[in-house]
Amino acid sequence: MAGIIDIHNLDVHLGRGKDAVHAVRNVSFSVKKGESFGLVGESGSGKSTVLRAISGLYKNFTGKINIDGKVQNQHKGVDFYKNLQMVFQDPYASLHPRHTVDQTLSEPLQIHKLDQVEKRIRTALERVGLGLNFRFRYPHQLSGGQRQRVAIARAMILEPRILLLDEPTSALDVSVQAEVLNLLTELRIEYNLTYILVSHDLAVVAYMCEQIAVMNQGQIVENLSKDQIMKSNATERYTQQLLAASKGYDRDAAGKLLQF
Amino acid sequence: MKTEKTLSGWRDWLLAETPESALQARLSRIYLSWLSFKRNPLAVIGLLIVVFLVLIAIFAPWLSNHLPTDQNLADRLQPPSSKYWLGTDELGRDIFSRVIHGSKITLYIVFLVAIIVVPLGLFVGTTAGYFGGITDKILMRITDVFMAFPRLILALAFVAVMGPSIENAVIAITITSWPPYARIARAETITIRHSEFILAVQQQGASAWRILLKHIVPMCTSSVIVRLTLDMAGVILIAAGLGFLGLGAQPPSPEWGLMISQGRQYLLDQWWVSTIPGIAIFIVSLGFNLLGDGLRDVLDPTNN
Amino acid sequence: MSLIQQITEMYTPLLNVENLNVEFRNHAGKSIHAVRDVSFSLGQERLGIVGESGSGKSTVGRSILSLIPTSAKIKANKIALNGVDLLKLSELEMRQFRGNKISMIMQDPKHALNPVMRVGDQIAEAFRLHNRIGRAKAKQKVLDILNDVQIRDPERVFRAYPHELSGGMGQRVMIAMMLIPGPDLLIADEPTSALDVTVQMQILAIIDDLVRDKGMGLIFISHDLNLMASFCDRILIMYAGRIVEECRASELSQAKHPYTKGLLACLPTVENSDQKLTTLNRDPAWLE
Repeated sequence: MAGIIDIHNLDVHLGRGKDAVHAVRNVSFSVKKGESFGLVGESGSGKSTVLRAISGLYKNFTGKINIDGKVQNQHKGVDFYKNLQMVFQDPYASLHPRHTVDQTLSEPLQIHKLDQVEKRIRTALERVGLGLNFRFRYPHQLSGGQRQRVAIARAMILEPRILLLDEPTSALDVSVQAEVLNLLTELRIEYNLTYILVSHDLAVVAYMCEQIAVMNQGQIVENLSKDQIMKSNATERYTQQLLAASKGYDRDAAGKLLQF
Repeated sequence: MKTEKTLSGWRDWLLAETPESALQARLSRIYLSWLSFKRNPLAVIGLLIVVFLVLIAIFAPWLSNHLPTDQNLADRLQPPSSKYWLGTDELGRDIFSRVIHGSKITLYIVFLVAIIVVPLGLFVGTTAGYFGGITDKILMRITDVFMAFPRLILALAFVAVMGPSIENAVIAITITSWPPYARIARAETITIRHSEFILAVQQQGASAWRILLKHIVPMCTSSVIVRLTLDMAGVILIAAGLGFLGLGAQPPSPEWGLMISQGRQYLLDQWWVSTIPGIAIFIVSLGFNLLGDGLRDVLDPTNN
Repeated sequence: MSLIQQITEMYTPLLNVENLNVEFRNHAGKSIHAVRDVSFSLGQERLGIVGESGSGKSTVGRSILSLIPTSAKIKANKIALNGVDLLKLSELEMRQFRGNKISMIMQDPKHALNPVMRVGDQIAEAFRLHNRIGRAKAKQKVLDILNDVQIRDPERVFRAYPHELSGGMGQRVMIAMMLIPGPDLLIADEPTSALDVTVQMQILAIIDDLVRDKGMGLIFISHDLNLMASFCDRILIMYAGRIVEECRASELSQAKHPYTKGLLACLPTVENSDQKLTTLNRDPAWLE
């Protein structure tokens, strides 16, 4: 395995004692540099937990997480975060309500003690298509799409090589979703980024990613390529059902759904 | 361009949709809060009372026509007249001047309590809430210990040990007042600790103290400020109570509670000696309460 | 009664909305015209209202029930259910209408259920509000209804508290409650948006069967174009408070209005993944 991200036998337990949940079971996958990797699954499938374990937000995991050739342990240096950034699901919750866009963007620069703050903020805002007019606005003065652009700018301002995307468009209208997905695609090509995209929306994952892992109840059920999805070429019953359900409502199919 | 702005020009600048600087953004936010604050007439009355109190305290030497400690035994217990606007007390001191100068003491107490209680409560509360686990348990049990004492009784015990003075009264009030602030700050911290904007700064590699100071504390300050303003009435009353019991300010200080205490034996025949400082306490407490109510409407995040 | 009157009576649609306008004030005191000149009628069919956030689609559903903030003003020539003009009803009459003739299913069942009361007791209470029967009988009825919405273990759900239910289960309970009075019209406002796709399918199947079996009318409000096309009979597309297009659900892909076309084009699919997604250029002319 020679990916930029290698996950080997990842297990995550959440909670303690009676409430403990075995959220991720024995998950392994590998993402090549410059690739876009998708994790798709229903709620509770553990897809976001995998992402948070990689991002360093969950520290209690077993198994190996290998990023850029380095084995990750519980302690993360500041450099780790400079290389790997994350965009969250809810643009209404992921920006500090009392910080202006300017404050939000300068925070990572201060944490990592980077110079040329002024120039970096301007470039980042322009790169995500917001323009300088938005620099001193508060989140409540922005629409959902604009907020998500700020969140992307905040992640990009550290010039990371890996971007973790946790349902980046599920709170947005379809027309805004299209703009944000286009932006993410452009950024990936321009900066040769590696993406891991988590979503419940099979269409979004299939559009964005070359490799897709389908998760259910903490495990990877099946790995699919974009080609296989296009041909509805899944071998596992669970994946087939998910593919069918994503196409729209069908009374007959609804009657035959299996519980997994 | 900015040098010659008309009033409406300033208004537009403050309400601009696209602020051009951090300063403008902040001022605009304050201005919007002010607009919604001034829609509440009672809150504005509260604010006026508090501002009035501050002005009186600042200009006390010029506003009073006698020295607060000047005794004139020939004129003792005089009713209000053109010479003594609010009458005199048992030592012939001008009550008007004493009440005016007393405002300084009241403000001094209020100010001292505020600058000790708020940082202490915020520090304990946010730390406990953010780190959770054993830190939370230890800090909150300490808080509980202080909360378990009745406020006035603990203050009395403290002053009895340390000796009566305004500073000791302030310390006593502070010791008994901070726990609710820690509780508020902790509750707010727990609700936002796992929100995505906190996860986002964690994911940028920020240290715990940075997150606490720059991201969590600003979210707690508004409810703490509201609570503080509402508490001020209570603080003033306890300070006056300690003064009344002889455990706060000492004679001849024109502290309002002390004045009531000294005048109470003349209450039936010379009512003004006790009543005037009583009214002052009443008005100032009311002012802080009204202001606090108004601030709550503006600052409470759940209302927006 | 003249012949013409008789004929029109026979063909009176279940719901007839004529020129609905809703205006309300936001917190800054600015007036917002949320719904503009909306007219449609509904028979015993599944009508979809689709639009983006802020298009006014939910406000249309809510104004039929008069479930909007008091600051809002509803103006319409007519909102008639079975020929009865809802606008002319008193508050009390409206309340009875709301319970008996029209029911609404919302996106999040957790907000609609009392968190400290067992699910079964809540449904039973709703049931006894409409029918004079004893406790034991009511319980049996509730178990039947829970069975109707395909809850496999009705006894367990009966005893559960709302927070113990999964999203799909909560939505089934909600639907069960709404169906008790036997309404003529069901309004479903994004009933499955918070659910997983497979659960969504099951919930839709339940709604589908019930609407069919009981001969109800259904207004289905959603932002999901694909879902609408496969689930509804007829679709209204709303933009900025107006209905910009109406079409048969099966013909959505041949929609004519540039807004509808634009919405369809920005959906990502695995097939168009080698191209940039088309974005929507909002033409000011759509607002006229």
